[in-house]
Amino acid sequence: MAKSSPKKTPMREQPPKERIKNYNEVPFGYSPEEAVIEAERCIKCKKPSCIEGCPVEIDIQGFIALIAEKKFKEGISLLKKKNILPALSGRVCPQETQCEQKCVLGVKNEPVAIGRLERFLADWEREKGEIEVPPIPEWTGKKVAVVGSGPSGITVAADLAQTGHKVDLFEALHQPGGVLTYGIPEFRLPKAIVLKEIDSLKKMGVNIYLNSVIGQIKSLNELLKEYDAVFLGTGAGLPWFLEVPGENLNGIYSSNEYLTRSNLMKAYLFPKYKTPVIKGKRVATVGGGNVAMDCARTALRLGAEKSIIIYRRSRTEMPARSEEVHHAEEEGVIFQFLSNPCAFIGDKNNWVREVECVRMKLGDPDASGRRKPVPIPDANFRMPIDLAIIAIGNSPNPLIPSTTPELQLNKNTSVVINPANGRTSIKGVFAGGDIVRGGATVILAMGDGRIASKGINEYLQTGIW
Amino acid sequence: MVKIIEKEQIVPNIHCCVVESPEIAQKVLPGQFVIVIPDEYCERIPITISDWDAVKGTVTIIFLEVGTTTQRLAELKAGDEIYSFTGPLGKPFEIDNYGTVALVGGCYGIGSIYSVLRALKEKGNKVVVYSEARSKFLLYWNKKLEEIADEVRYSTVDGSIGTKGHSHDRLEADLKAGTMYNRVIGIGCTYMMYLISQATRPYRIKTIVSMNTVMIDGTGMCGACRLVVDGKTKFACVDGPHFDGHLIDWDIVLSRRKIYLEEEILSQERQ
Repeated sequence: MAKSSPKKTPMREQPPKERIKNYNEVPFGYSPEEAVIEAERCIKCKKPSCIEGCPVEIDIQGFIALIAEKKFKEGISLLKKKNILPALSGRVCPQETQCEQKCVLGVKNEPVAIGRLERFLADWEREKGEIEVPPIPEWTGKKVAVVGSGPSGITVAADLAQTGHKVDLFEALHQPGGVLTYGIPEFRLPKAIVLKEIDSLKKMGVNIYLNSVIGQIKSLNELLKEYDAVFLGTGAGLPWFLEVPGENLNGIYSSNEYLTRSNLMKAYLFPKYKTPVIKGKRVATVGGGNVAMDCARTALRLGAEKSIIIYRRSRTEMPARSEEVHHAEEEGVIFQFLSNPCAFIGDKNNWVREVECVRMKLGDPDASGRRKPVPIPDANFRMPIDLAIIAIGNSPNPLIPSTTPELQLNKNTSVVINPANGRTSIKGVFAGGDIVRGGATVILAMGDGRIASKGINEYLQTGIW
Repeated sequence: MVKIIEKEQIVPNIHCCVVESPEIAQKVLPGQFVIVIPDEYCERIPITISDWDAVKGTVTIIFLEVGTTTQRLAELKAGDEIYSFTGPLGKPFEIDNYGTVALVGGCYGIGSIYSVLRALKEKGNKVVVYSEARSKFLLYWNKKLEEIADEVRYSTVDGSIGTKGHSHDRLEADLKAGTMYNRVIGIGCTYMMYLISQATRPYRIKTIVSMNTVMIDGTGMCGACRLVVDGKTKFACVDGPHFDGHLIDWDIVLSRRKIYLEEEILSQERQ
């Protein structure tokens, strides 16, 4: 075997200047040859630590070894034992703080590109045609309602269908997928891939009810009368605003609104699709997470001349995935670090025209372990803008909690669960994902779903709460 | 997908549509709304549920043809299907025995007040309905309202029936003349609700209006419908849509309604 490279096998991608003019996915993914070369970089540790970094405990070394042997079919089967949505997690997981962070190659060189290999297997299977659906055992006689068809709900639905329970999945919007559909842009996660994954659920016998807002059309207690268990995966559907003067001017969106218009409602295809989105020339996105990167990059594709990220800390503290930051920079997104908006200034027609920011410096680490931004007095500055997007996070959606007083919440309104099994304070009700965590990641939500489905299985078998 | 059972243009530009939706019909309470997408290309738009029949499993909506999406909805006929129909959303109207209530409706709001009227009467209120239109031929559901209300007072801009002018003029004149209301409720276009709130403010009569802001998901997720009430940001979809008209920051509401005027024209291009 040739001496392997100290660096990851690069993934070919659309050149930045071209891609900001379209909505197509940025990276092309590995060819089989590239995947094999990358898989051969794995040194097959006796005690693989990569798996410890994976919230859903994928047999990473196992599937990589199968890729190296060109056994792609066996590889995808092994991968899917723990992760039914590899096409998604290969694209959106923060591998650099999970599996790849634990890879021993990473000590001296670059770790194995685990995420890219995961994506390769999933794409290989999908492009070949039929996606393999796991065998479904005979019906156990139990019925489970899953509320929300985002990453946690999909995981629970798939796991429980595989154990033979009848699963009904409820979605508030007119398309399934939750944040995968309304939030993450097409150029990062093509919607055709999300729909394929959802199709697999249907093939497994899961009934999907769209346009169904639980808490309104049916209460949680009504669901409990019809079902043996309920899983709540309703996500972080309540956007935070900065609560500064001028924030209700025209031309200021929450990231949820901006991305929902653009992704779910396909405003980038306006006027064929009838939902409009404001196309700013100078767009400021406030925040440093993946959602902020998605907004800033969407703005470029919608024709912004300048797309600026305003973040109150510095580059090191940004919670976004490193690949997203890298892509945003390549595409020409401007980063205005150590700055925090304190006011928006409008014109006579109430349209935003300027943002005023406080300059910050970094102080001591706060509860999150990141250095806390501290305002510098008398150093405010203004920037001309015609669109602002607030991407500073979300609280759990309040619809079900507000109509279910007996559901125990903590002070930031998230649902309290037992982290070992996903149980809430109500018998038969489980929860996971962003309704528990606030705004977190797709893979953590999938991990929660995995824990909750085990918890649900245990409860349905024993009947003990 | 829901099936349209009946569809009629009841007066020019205002349509009444009865759809099959047993689950919503079982669950809806006065003042709640649905989010409708007529076909897969259209916007998600909120429409108040005007009436329903839990036994037949039907829901009635009244809407004004005002832009591209409502035009598409107006084009659909009995037997056609609506792509997406989600509800009931929003908080129901708070209904109690207040005493004497003025219930003001204009435009699509004449339809919206019907279920509120029924509920107010069930609670034993005396209800005076104010129904407004530009002209006599644009008023509808007169008989339905007259059957339940203690009195219906009409106003038309051209004076073809009732008092000449708007309903807020009529309400203001009545208040000036000494009519006492314990509560005023207004549903209709934004400007009309603003004027009604202005009319009752000097008399300190609690005035509730139903905000018809732009919405997308209707579940509190996007914040498109935000408004400022009593100095705090509220979401019309989940905190409302009913708010105290005297506490609303109307400047923000009125200016946010104009955000997409240009796009509304562009969206008329058929592609």
